Amino acid sequence: MSTNPPQFHDRATTGRMMWAVALSLLPAAGWGVYRYGTPALSVIVVAVGAAVISEGVIGLIRRRPTLRDGSAVLAGLLIGMAMPPWVGLHVPVTAAIFAMLVVKWSFGGLGGNWMNAAAGGLVFAFYSWNRQMTGTGVDGESSATVLTTVRGALETASGPVGGPVGLLRAVGYPVSSVDVSVTDWMNARVLTVVGANLPGGYVDLFLGYVDGAIGDGSVALILIGTIALVATRVIRWEIPAAYFASYAIVTRIFGGLVFDDGYMAGDVLFHTLSGGVVFAMFYLAPDLSSAPTNRSAMLVYGAGVGVLTFLFRFYGAYPGSGAFAVLVMNTLVPLLNRGFRPRRFGTRRRRDPGGGVRAIAGAGRKP
Amino acid sequence: MRTVTFPVGGLYPVRHKHAAHRSAIRNAILPAVSIVPLRQSHGPDAELCVAPGDKVGEGTRIGRAIGDLCAHVHSPIPGLVREIRPVTLPDGVISTAAVIDLAGSFDRLGKVLARHEWKTLRPGTLLRLIEDAGVVGMSGVSQPTHTAIDARAAASCRWLIVNGAESEPYVCADHRLMVEHPAEIFEGLQIVERLLAPDRVTVGIGADKRDAMRRMRAHDADGRRRDYVRLSVKYPQGDERQLIRAVTGLEVPSDGHAIDVGCVTVSAATLYAIWEAVVTRKPLYERVVTVAGNGVARPGNIKVRIGTPIGGLLAECGGVTDPVARIVIGGPLRGYATTDLTTPVLKYTTAVLVLTATEVNAAPTAGCIRCGRCAEACPMGLDPARLYKLVAHGRSGDAVDHGLYDCTECGGCGYVCPSRIPLVDGLRDGKANR
Ligand code: SF4
Ligand code: SF4
Repeated sequence: MSTNPPQFHDRATTGRMMWAVALSLLPAAGWGVYRYGTPALSVIVVAVGAAVISEGVIGLIRRRPTLRDGSAVLAGLLIGMAMPPWVGLHVPVTAAIFAMLVVKWSFGGLGGNWMNAAAGGLVFAFYSWNRQMTGTGVDGESSATVLTTVRGALETASGPVGGPVGLLRAVGYPVSSVDVSVTDWMNARVLTVVGANLPGGYVDLFLGYVDGAIGDGSVALILIGTIALVATRVIRWEIPAAYFASYAIVTRIFGGLVFDDGYMAGDVLFHTLSGGVVFAMFYLAPDLSSAPTNRSAMLVYGAGVGVLTFLFRFYGAYPGSGAFAVLVMNTLVPLLNRGFRPRRFGTRRRRDPGGGVRAIAGAGRKP
Repeated sequence: MRTVTFPVGGLYPVRHKHAAHRSAIRNAILPAVSIVPLRQSHGPDAELCVAPGDKVGEGTRIGRAIGDLCAHVHSPIPGLVREIRPVTLPDGVISTAAVIDLAGSFDRLGKVLARHEWKTLRPGTLLRLIEDAGVVGMSGVSQPTHTAIDARAAASCRWLIVNGAESEPYVCADHRLMVEHPAEIFEGLQIVERLLAPDRVTVGIGADKRDAMRRMRAHDADGRRRDYVRLSVKYPQGDERQLIRAVTGLEVPSDGHAIDVGCVTVSAATLYAIWEAVVTRKPLYERVVTVAGNGVARPGNIKVRIGTPIGGLLAECGGVTDPVARIVIGGPLRGYATTDLTTPVLKYTTAVLVLTATEVNAAPTAGCIRCGRCAEACPMGLDPARLYKLVAHGRSGDAVDHGLYDCTECGGCGYVCPSRIPLVDGLRDGKANR
């Protein structure tokens, strides 16, 4: 036993942190299963299973089991939840195996991977099975994600269309009865006070009454999970906060362009609530191992992911913009860590009148 | 009143509840055997000046200081020197120790000590009294006090800061001293002010010690202007650099000392020892030690003779109850674990803690997940994970370029690391094997 300090520790351990993140995902996952039924459950189970088996096999080969640290379950869960319920089961399986074997373990396992394992697996799936992941054209009866619907409608529309929500209404995308009653109530009781009016459709997005990936639909449930994580400091607030801020700003400024609404007309609410942005914000971007390690670097990193998410989402060819943005920023993390290293204590410097630089000597000596 | 703190790093360690800071200081029963190491500061051993078989009185000098890093050592009890033998101190250093059997009569115990007037004495005389009493920093940094407040310090000292932060969890010996002996501490402060002639004096007391703040202020009635500030409970607020940064806004340069920014800091317990040395002419042979932790039956603050084996101290606190995970000498972040109950109390032993498994939160060491928690906690703005890896790869030289020697071994990084990587051990190795 080491007798060296410190003699006691914070309760957090790597395993506890990973399991806590996995646990916090369960409400959102449960919502997906409730909404889509067995197909959703099978996608999640298969993704988790594939990740766990991959990790287990590697543990056997290395003779050092690592399953208990929970990171495999977490990666599988993230991958499964970010997929739509109608994908073929080979998609989650391959994505999970790719995430564990290639992205995580080829770099030495948890902490060695410079790339977010779940995001890596997801982007792999988006590239390999683009149509299944977006939901168009699979066996004729599947539905499409909200974003795919907006994209489709945008191709045929001309002139100002009233933003994404206007488009959805124009093509007859349904609004749930919950949305209608909540929106009516809000408009009548709350928003009149400030003279605002909420159009229908946003409440659906917030609560998850829309089609899309299994687990990223219900923004409300994701937020409940993440509030617990941020409060217990399992994930740091800096990355989601910078992500949201930068994403909201660029979306506000440029987000109206593709809808012919001009500058400063982007619908921040819609673009935040839809398409898994909140999921990426709280679960993909702040991954402990692949994000930067100090505060300033975290802020820059989060802001970068936000801007890239906007670019990929509005002008990219593939969906899954959040995961893709995270991967791109991962490659910059070493640079950010180096560039924004905090100043060491006691190295505050001041320019001398003579031009040289020396350590400041504070109150100085007595005359 | 302002609450101040340092801006970078730091942590709020779990403050396990225990009532020690509310119960009055108790006097320990005298030890039948005292083991007095000659190394009572972070310097070399003092030079032995007794031999086996010698008769010593309470406060007889048994070790003479050599050089500036060393302080005199006195016999804590009257008795006979049984033997001279090496002992291992909690931090693993071996020191020569005098083993003294209790015998004979006490000169000071139970008597009201006469007050000696000091206001007429010259600074040199005051310093000699402090030196003769063997006073060292009592709250962790065990620098001999007479070298910290000497004429050289006086020449540069513009700002004197009293350190009442006591930011390590559990430890509350200084807290109790401030509550129970504010007059003595205050007079100790006047003595130091006399020696250093600072332009400003600030008394900083931990924000969790409201009663101590009240008591200390109540005794401030000599008309001199002193500032009082509350210090945040953030750890390591009591460290000299963090204390100076919080109180003055100045940063001690990485390669310098407090005095380079014109500051001198003295802890409340040290002021009390200075008062004893000057006003009652009593050598430093006893101190207040916090005994706490969930594994001890009656936690409290005990006034105990230096050299008392910790086993005796624990027995006095009702012994050890729950299954114990660790016995710690010092605070939980900076202290050392030991299994040897004969380890003696030293001049700078602030606490003896008996921690159970739920307090220690041990876990197997795992790989670094690069979470950055250690860097966030580091009050010196270092990246402990990176330094650790550099040292582990035999690149201590590079680690030095990245601030290895700035590390104050506060233990914060090791406390927060979820993978339980022995960061402090590693950094220490790096410094040693450079
Ligand atoms: S022990 Fe050293 S490296 Fe670790 S937090 Fe304290 S000063 Fe920083
Ligand atoms: S706290 Fe531990 S696991 Fe996290 S970066 Fe530091 S050394 Fe690595």
